[in-house]
Order: sequence, then structure tokens, then C-alpha cells
Amino acid sequence: MGIVKDLLKGLAVTGRTMIGTITGRELVTRPYPHVKREKPQRFHGRHVLNRYPDGMEKCIGCELCAGACPAECIYVRGKENDIDNPVSPGERFGYVYEINMLRCIFCGLCVEACPTEAITMTHLFEMSTTNREDGIYTKDELLMSPDGKVPHMFPDDPLADLGELDTADGWVRATAPGGRAAYQGVRMWAGTPGVGDWSPEPSQEERDRRSGDG
Amino acid sequence: MTGVEWLALGIKVLGAFGLLLLATLLNVWVERKVLADMQNRLGPMRAGPFGVLQTVADGLKLFFKESIMPRKAEVGMYLLAPFLAVVPAFLIFVNIPWGGSFHIGETEVVLQGADLDIGLLFILAMSSIAVYAVVLAGWSSGSKYPLLGGVRATAQAISYEAAIGLSLVSVVLFTATQGDGGTLSLYEIVQRQSGTWADVHPIVGWVPRWNIIPQIAAFVIFLTAAVAETNRAPFDLVEAEQELVGGFHTEYSGMRFAMFFLAEYVNIFSMSALTATLFLGGWLGPTWEGTLPAFISGALPTVWFLIKTYAIFFIFIWIRATLPRLRYDQLMSLGWKRLIPGALGWLVLSGLVLAFRQFGAPWG
Repeated sequence: MGIVKDLLKGLAVTGRTMIGTITGRELVTRPYPHVKREKPQRFHGRHVLNRYPDGMEKCIGCELCAGACPAECIYVRGKENDIDNPVSPGERFGYVYEINMLRCIFCGLCVEACPTEAITMTHLFEMSTTNREDGIYTKDELLMSPDGKVPHMFPDDPLADLGELDTADGWVRATAPGGRAAYQGVRMWAGTPGVGDWSPEPSQEERDRRSGDG
Repeated sequence: MTGVEWLALGIKVLGAFGLLLLATLLNVWVERKVLADMQNRLGPMRAGPFGVLQTVADGLKLFFKESIMPRKAEVGMYLLAPFLAVVPAFLIFVNIPWGGSFHIGETEVVLQGADLDIGLLFILAMSSIAVYAVVLAGWSSGSKYPLLGGVRATAQAISYEAAIGLSLVSVVLFTATQGDGGTLSLYEIVQRQSGTWADVHPIVGWVPRWNIIPQIAAFVIFLTAAVAETNRAPFDLVEAEQELVGGFHTEYSGMRFAMFFLAEYVNIFSMSALTATLFLGGWLGPTWEGTLPAFISGALPTVWFLIKTYAIFFIFIWIRATLPRLRYDQLMSLGWKRLIPGALGWLVLSGLVLAFRQFGAPWG
């Protein structure tokens, strides 16, 4: 009768899974373009070039990101700021800034290398194009506008989730003052805007309680 | 024939045929959905609400596909095989009563394609012919994988048809004691399952008088053999994607492939309906005649029939989602060493019990 017992055991597994799927407890897949899975907070998505609150660009054209890039997909050329009409607060600014998304491996080393947190990553991951030229993002496409919005490649796409670009990646959070123990749960990214002003990051205990986070 | 009789015939034929085609369209979707649920997936979602129209889309696609024929194929047999698969599949269902009877004027209309006196025998014959389609398709394709699938189909069909037949004999034997003489008519077999077991003991007075209760072993054997007979997992050695590409239908494409696909699902539905008819009382069920409007209580038997059929159909899918495919020797030993001796033993046992109940013990 061992075979019958095994059969019933197997049927119980599939039956339980079916009930779990129908009630939504165990459902793994999503109807993707319509419903998107909640991404981890430190998701490595498309890059963004940030600005200071006064509208100045953060990039100083130092090319450290290009040097750190293991895929050599970043091309930067700096230029002296015009003293009367500066683009960035420093001596130089990023005159040319290009990222070849076809080569990028989304490792985030450029974000770590940046001394001014000018380049950060977002939660946007849908970057398919119909030709190879569109895979190269120029400064126009990477730099956020002074009002804090980042250009989306396909803003008219009915399925485009513009909110993904407003979500900064984990590096910003980890290096922000809030990342230090003294600021834990108090304030995040105090005063220095990334792509926005962030609500405090939950403490580690709270994160442990909330499963599925990051 | 009078006009009313022609009308009754039209209802029967259109009902059986339309019900079957519509159900098949739905069944493919139901199977994919249930399988998806059992694998933590969503299944088809895009075509129509919850993907109901997925099968329609697939069918339309297959209509417009080219039907490729291998150069080495035996043309006549190759072209005949898909039809040989579909026609018996439909003919099986013709015999199954899918609803009660009602009156149009003087004429009584029984919701059954044809009430043959030898219904059960006819069904066994048709399910045997359906195997020819698989064997001939495998042989005539002129290709090695279909041939292997066809050879497997031969052995599998012979082994499991014996088990099906033997398990049905004990059901027929039991049915013969329930009324006036033996019968193979499916309508009559359903009728003899009406009522409850109140005459056996008042405790079980609420249990319907279905054959599954006295013939539980026959039910298990029949269901197992039916899964094998329709070439479903875990007995789908005939198709066996991992080993034989597509098995017997490897070389078929377009509408010819769609015919095999249609036949497979019609067969599953017919087998589920046959199981429900033989063991679960078919269309019998409370109709609340008098308290409900006439058209509702007239339609309720069909509803009961569909509920029972889909319960069996669900078991088919459940088993497919659960069990891995049997190895070839396991298939053979299950058929010959377990199912056939089991069916024979059950036949002897139920024969003895029925004889004692009817004639008394020979020593008494």
C-alpha cells in the first residue's frame, strides 16, 4: 500500500499548492506589463544624473565613474565652468556624459566611485530599444530636469511606470547621513536632494520583521 | 418522421456535438489554468477575460499554419489518421446521456445522441479504434520518433483495454442485479442508479445509489486505465516530449495536428463523462420539480452531469500535475500485474457476493 500512500501524499502537495495559488498566498508570477513586482529598495536600475536643490548639476566631470566602470561603458568629458554662469558648483562640469546601456552590467561601481553622488541608479529596468544607437544614453536623457523629474525614454507608453525613475537606488540611502546609526529612523538624505526627499529608512529590527524587503 | 421528431433529433445532435466542442474549447483552458494553479503560475491571461479565448486563438493559428508532410510518409494512412482519431472520440460521446428527458408535445426527447442497447460495448469498440489512429499516425509518418510512439501505443492500449473491459464487467454484473435483467444501455444503467441505499440500512438512507459505492475497486481500476487509454500523464509514453519529441504526432502540423489535439481532449471529456455515467449516477440529482420553474428543473440534470464530469476531469488534471511519467516496464507491470489481476479478482468477488445475495449460500 506504499504506492497509494505516496500517491495521496503527492496529490496533497499539488492540491495545497493550488489552493495557495488561488488564494494568492503562493502565487509567484505576475501578469507582468500590467502588474509589476515590488522591487527591492536597492535595485540596480537605469542611471540618473542628479542636481542640487538650486538647480546646479552635481557632476563635476572628474571621470572617476568612467575609471571605475568594469564594462567601460561610460564616456565623460569635463569642461571648465563659465565663472559668470556656472553649471556645477565646482571648477568643472560634465560636458559630455554618455552611458552605453548595451554594455552596462548594472554593477553600481560608478555610483560608488562618484565623489558628489551625481550619478545614482533608479528602479527603471525596461530599456529595450529597436536599434543600437538608442542603447547609448546621452546627457540629455540621463540628467534630471531642475524640477526633479528624469527624462523617460518612452513617456507616452501606456505601460510606462514613471514612478520608477523617482525611486533612488540603495547607494544613495546607504551613504546618506541617515545611513549612520545616529540618524537611523530619523531622517534620510537630509537637505541634499537625490531625486527627491526621502522618508526615513526603517530600522534594522523593523526590516527583519517585514519579510520580503530588499 | 414527423416535424417534432426531426426537431428532437436536431436538439440531440446539435446538443451533443455543440456541447462537446464547446466543452473541449473550455477544457483546454481549464486544464492550463488548473495546471498553472498547481505550479504557482497564472496561466493564460491575455486572450479574453482570464485568457478564456486562448484556445480559440490557438485554434485559429493552427488553421492558418501549413500542414507539412514528410517525404517518406505513407500518404493514405498519414492523411487518414487524424480523422480516425477524431471520429471515434465523438462517437463515444454520442452514447452518453447528458441530461434527463422532456416532452415536446407528445414526443419524449431524451438528451442522448443515441440510446444503443449495446452502448457500453460500442464505447469499448470505439475507444479501441481510436488507438488505431495513434498507431497508424506513428507508422505512416516515416520517421523514427512517431514510430516509437506508435509501437508504445499498441502495447499500452492492449494492456489497459483489458483492464477497462474487466472492470466494466463487474459494473454490468452489479447493474444486472439492480433491475430487470442485465443491460448495456447507458441510459438504463443511469436509471438503475436512482434512489438511495435506504433499503440496505436506514443509516445510509441519504447516500445516493451510485455504482461507485459497491464498485469502488472497479472505479479505481477503470479510472487508472482510462487515464492510460487517453494517453494522459503519467501514462503519456506515446507522446513523451522528453524522449520522442512529440511521439506519434511529431510529423503532424497545422490542422492535422489540431485534429489529434481535439481528439485527445474530446477523449478525456468522453472518458470523464463515461466515468460519471457508470459510477456517479450520470445526470441523476435533485431537480426539485414543482418548486422550481420547469425550465430550470429541466436543465438541472445536465448541470449535475457536467458537475460530475468535471469532477472526474479535474482528477485527470490533478494526476497529470502530480505524477511523473512511468517508465515503460513500470507501465507494463502496473497494467498486467496489478490492474488486470485486480479487476479479475474484483469481478470474482463481486460475482460471488451478488450470487449469495440472490440465490443464498449453496450450503444453506
